[in-house]
Amino acid sequence: MSVTTSAPAGGAAGKIQESLFSRTGAMLVMAVSTLYFLTPIWWLFVGAGKRSDEFTSTNPLWFADFELFANIGDLLEYRDGVFLRWLLNSILYTGGAALIGTVLAAMCGYALAKYRFRGRELLFNVVLSGVLVPATALALPLFLLFSKVDATNTFWAVFLPSLVNPFGVYLARIYATAGVPDELLDAARIDGSGEVRTFFKVATRLMFPALVTIFLFHFVAVWNNFLLPLIMLSDERLFPVTLGLYTWNTQVNQIPELRGLVIVGALLSITPLVIAFLALQRFWRNGLGAGAVK
Amino acid sequence: MTSAPARAARHGRAVPFFVVPFGVLFTLFYLLPIGYAIVQSLYKVERTGTFGPAREVFGGLVQYERVFADGAFWTSIGRVLAFGVVQVPVMLGLALLLALLLDSGLVRGRRFFRLAFFVPYAVPGVIAAIMWGFLYSPNLSPLKPVTSAIDFLSADLVLWAIANVVTWVYVGYNMLIIYSALLAIPAEVYEAARLDGAGQWRIAWSIKIPLVMPAIVLTTVFSIIGTLQLLAEPQVFRSFSSAVSSTYTPNLTVYSTSSIPNFNLAAAFSVVLALTTFVLSFVFLRFTNRKGVQ
Repeated sequence: MSVTTSAPAGGAAGKIQESLFSRTGAMLVMAVSTLYFLTPIWWLFVGAGKRSDEFTSTNPLWFADFELFANIGDLLEYRDGVFLRWLLNSILYTGGAALIGTVLAAMCGYALAKYRFRGRELLFNVVLSGVLVPATALALPLFLLFSKVDATNTFWAVFLPSLVNPFGVYLARIYATAGVPDELLDAARIDGSGEVRTFFKVATRLMFPALVTIFLFHFVAVWNNFLLPLIMLSDERLFPVTLGLYTWNTQVNQIPELRGLVIVGALLSITPLVIAFLALQRFWRNGLGAGAVK
Repeated sequence: MTSAPARAARHGRAVPFFVVPFGVLFTLFYLLPIGYAIVQSLYKVERTGTFGPAREVFGGLVQYERVFADGAFWTSIGRVLAFGVVQVPVMLGLALLLALLLDSGLVRGRRFFRLAFFVPYAVPGVIAAIMWGFLYSPNLSPLKPVTSAIDFLSADLVLWAIANVVTWVYVGYNMLIIYSALLAIPAEVYEAARLDGAGQWRIAWSIKIPLVMPAIVLTTVFSIIGTLQLLAEPQVFRSFSSAVSSTYTPNLTVYSTSSIPNFNLAAAFSVVLALTTFVLSFVFLRFTNRKGVQ
């Protein structure tokens, strides 16, 4: 009797031990990964608060004299406040392009999902293969085309190409097919709502989480696009902040004071984004899930 | 009651409104540049005498002959392929492991870890590369004992130093895609396995991983495209390490060829690179689809 009862008990103890072992292992992996992902950010934060003579003489991971605000002041004054200009440009390039681009992609994807028209599949396939075209392969011919019309080194040379988001059309089609029922559109029609009004009043509301995802994807793509502004722009007043910091970084050897400014600038430029990302993460996750399993 | 086709035709009048804005921009900034690059790649610049005026004449495949004879270009393709063969599995393996751990119930503080791992994705490639460039420099690094013993910026290691930057930025993003796919699996799927006595690891291996395969395939294709497009990170590393040449990656080759300038040759480079990207993505998709069918 005692033998038969002790067997499952021993098993359970084994299970608990195994689970304790797994739990500890899992937490260990998580802790090491957290250190890996966050240490560079922490280093940047600490470094941004140091005087330039303290970079090499003090602990890289701990504060010296906390001069962050003085450093930010220096950064904003440097070369007539060009850094602020860069931030503003970045907001216009990325925010503006992502916002308009999302609306355009959503409209096209919605039409592909909800209307039957001639050339629909052709259009979809062409747009879909556009997803696979590397953005960098487009930058050079775009430069040549813009130079034909004498429009390189302008705001529009970077902004207009950034509006196009084929992947957004693809996602919008998936979401509109799954998330906007035909019956609802028919009901709106019976109520006398026009097609365009129905899209903006009814469909976009149902597609909202998806639209946030498309916006974020688009935002990151433009924010990360380095080659297009690098090729197009020569006037530093038009630079996005990434290109600006890049050019400063290439001059660190000649002008050592720039190193400190690059570090403070990097911190300033990523902070709003990190906050926005963390705030919008819920939408990300839901949208990505829908995209991944289709 | 109007018949269904008639109704569709009447509503179809709204289609141009939805499709044309995106369609025009897509044509102008995707199709036109691709076509233009192909045309440009078929021309060559001729001069009468050494200092005579330059004029463009049709050159047939002469630029492509130069591309195929260009050893440095193919070395750079080989380099990014070696990079991808190591970096993509490491990155996606880590992303999968972290996603499975988050989903396993073994981990406390899931929300915190999810956010912590995702933060680097808000850092654009250029800024991440600048940051890590400083972190690898022996006199600034918080890992001084390591960086003074191992030169991460040396010719042997700099490629893997760059691989680490890319991994650092994108693990969290890929993890989130896989994690979202895991969350979409209904709980009932696990119940039978649990009744049969399968443990966490067994369930992860035999149920979860096969079910999130589509998400893994998606992230792999994006990673392959990203690897072949490598530009910003190596371009930044040129100011930290002399080991990164102006033809270090295919895209750097395109960029430096266009700034010589030899636009026709640069166009041929980008056409070949875009085709290579296409072919590799398709081959990968075909390969994984076939495996899925079996």
